[in-house]
Amino acid sequence: MSEEIILDIKDLRTSFFTEDVEVKAVDGVSFKLPKGKTIGIVGESGSGKSITALSILRLLEHPGKIVGGEINFKDKDLTKASDREIRDIRGNEISMIFQEPMTSLNPVYTVGQQIRETLKVHQGLGKEQGTKKGVELLELVGIPSPKKRITQYPHELSGGMRQRVMIAMALACNPELLIADEPTTALDVTIQAQILEIINDLQDRFDMSVIMITHDMGVVAETCDYVAVMYGGKVVEYADVKTIFKEPKHPYTVGLLNSIPRHDVDVDELEPIRGNVPSPNDMPKGCRFAPRCPFATDLCYEELPSLDKVSDDNQVRCWIYSERWDGDPEVKVNGPERTS
Amino acid sequence: MNAEQANNQSTEQKKKKVDSPFKRSAKDFYKKLKKNKSALIGGYLIIALIIIAIVGPFFTVYDPVHDTDYMVKLQGPSAEHWFGTDHHGRDVFTRVIHGLGITLGIGFFATILGGIVGVLVGIISGYYGGRVDSIIMRLMDVLLAFPGILLALALISILGASLQNVVIAVSIFAIPTFARIVRGSTLATKNLEYIDAMRALGASDARIIFKHIFPNILSPIIVQASLFVATAILSASGLSFLGLGAQPPSPELGAILSNGRDFMWDAGHIALFPGLGIMIILLAFNVFGDGLRDALDPKMKK
Repeated sequence: MSEEIILDIKDLRTSFFTEDVEVKAVDGVSFKLPKGKTIGIVGESGSGKSITALSILRLLEHPGKIVGGEINFKDKDLTKASDREIRDIRGNEISMIFQEPMTSLNPVYTVGQQIRETLKVHQGLGKEQGTKKGVELLELVGIPSPKKRITQYPHELSGGMRQRVMIAMALACNPELLIADEPTTALDVTIQAQILEIINDLQDRFDMSVIMITHDMGVVAETCDYVAVMYGGKVVEYADVKTIFKEPKHPYTVGLLNSIPRHDVDVDELEPIRGNVPSPNDMPKGCRFAPRCPFATDLCYEELPSLDKVSDDNQVRCWIYSERWDGDPEVKVNGPERTS
Repeated sequence: MNAEQANNQSTEQKKKKVDSPFKRSAKDFYKKLKKNKSALIGGYLIIALIIIAIVGPFFTVYDPVHDTDYMVKLQGPSAEHWFGTDHHGRDVFTRVIHGLGITLGIGFFATILGGIVGVLVGIISGYYGGRVDSIIMRLMDVLLAFPGILLALALISILGASLQNVVIAVSIFAIPTFARIVRGSTLATKNLEYIDAMRALGASDARIIFKHIFPNILSPIIVQASLFVATAILSASGLSFLGLGAQPPSPELGAILSNGRDFMWDAGHIALFPGLGIMIILLAFNVFGDGLRDALDPKMKK
């Protein structure tokens, strides 16, 4: 099975430099994304998932810097691209949509002006063509009466509408890769489903690859083909979506799955993951999850495990699956029981 | 979906006649300005002053500089000379009308000149941050450390006394006040998500600065500009009064005032009328600027 790999991230490391410390927000992340597929990057706040996304488009703000690794997008290493090159790629070949639709549109311009701008920058379309294409795009993302909406200001639209406009803008130039940074977090549940449906639908139609950043396992189940679970700036588990839900291996993944309410089993109390994400400037020496892990042993506190293949479609960063495991050899890391 | 659609349709029906976006916001702005009576009066007064300054000189009977008539020097107001005459027998009314244009011109020019530089400096400082920001803002602090009029005095003593140099001096001390306000607004704006979104869509720095940040920080700039016109006029008149700006025959209001000072006890009207002129201009701009601030304040939006 040879698929065309559109994005190949190798050992990406991104740090923030404060006065005297280097805070490693992303610490050696690698994954591959085949064309037309969706990868979900999952993790709690502070796990480095958004920084990974911003690194791909080189959108990091001042103290943040990519310190190592490669981001190969169609044979081009984005970490080495010039400012000019990366600008041509942004919005044209790789687009991004953001978490906060309420503030992602410039309040002083109409929807039409903003869509036209992207088209003008990348395709040199004039006002008339731009408006025509803009109306088509708004129609595509399911906005009713697009001819009227295109003359309106963002404050005249609802949150769901604005997120659709954002998607329309992101898709204006038929990008090959869409990075969606928690696109549904700020929306209510019914609108969430619609937005995800639109993204899925457009992905099929344009054979687009998607990086879906989220902390919502429900979103993952609905949209993703592959999942990378991140914790403390590192990928702790990487698998295809079925495997993640059927046989989660890493205690953290299991913890995430256990903390979601289920509709098929009557549960009185959810099982949270105790404790907090470690602060990036005070990372545990060994496995980053060790302080919160119910199975942690001395080895876990001492040494960082590597991301190893444990089955055909699953890579896990955990000592339990290695030969050096010094805890209970019978330990079972079980995800929520599946009735189906 | 249904609820949303229904909602859209109902709002669509409510406002069937849709104005162009610009017209709508202009209307909205005028409505808010109208609520503030004093600002409206200030605005009309400014318009009236500008019209007088432009049209007035065509209707005055005398020449402001050359019509000297020593037979009627230092006379009080009369039907012949509405504001009386000065020590050369020139008509003070004529001089004030002509001076209005010069004084307003200095105010506008100095504000525009200083405003453009200040806005550029401030926006660059706020947008790029880091070392650029530190260097620029420390420079601005140095400029701000001098009292405005002192700075202008120092500059004019270097450049020489003339109307042109007054404009330059006043605009230089406009720079830091604009730069500070613009920098602050830029800092607040540049971290908003739509700026990130524009960058993610491939916009260049220049495009983001001028097309996306600038229009969003326009209101504090406009308010600052309208208030600074008053400051500029006051400073320019002050400099002319001290003999460093407009030179004697020129009918700049501050210069007339300065001349009139010598005859304060015998012919107070020479100083009175240009003084009143300056006062009305300042009052109009200040009141208008304050009203503008209220009207453009996004927090006051209902």
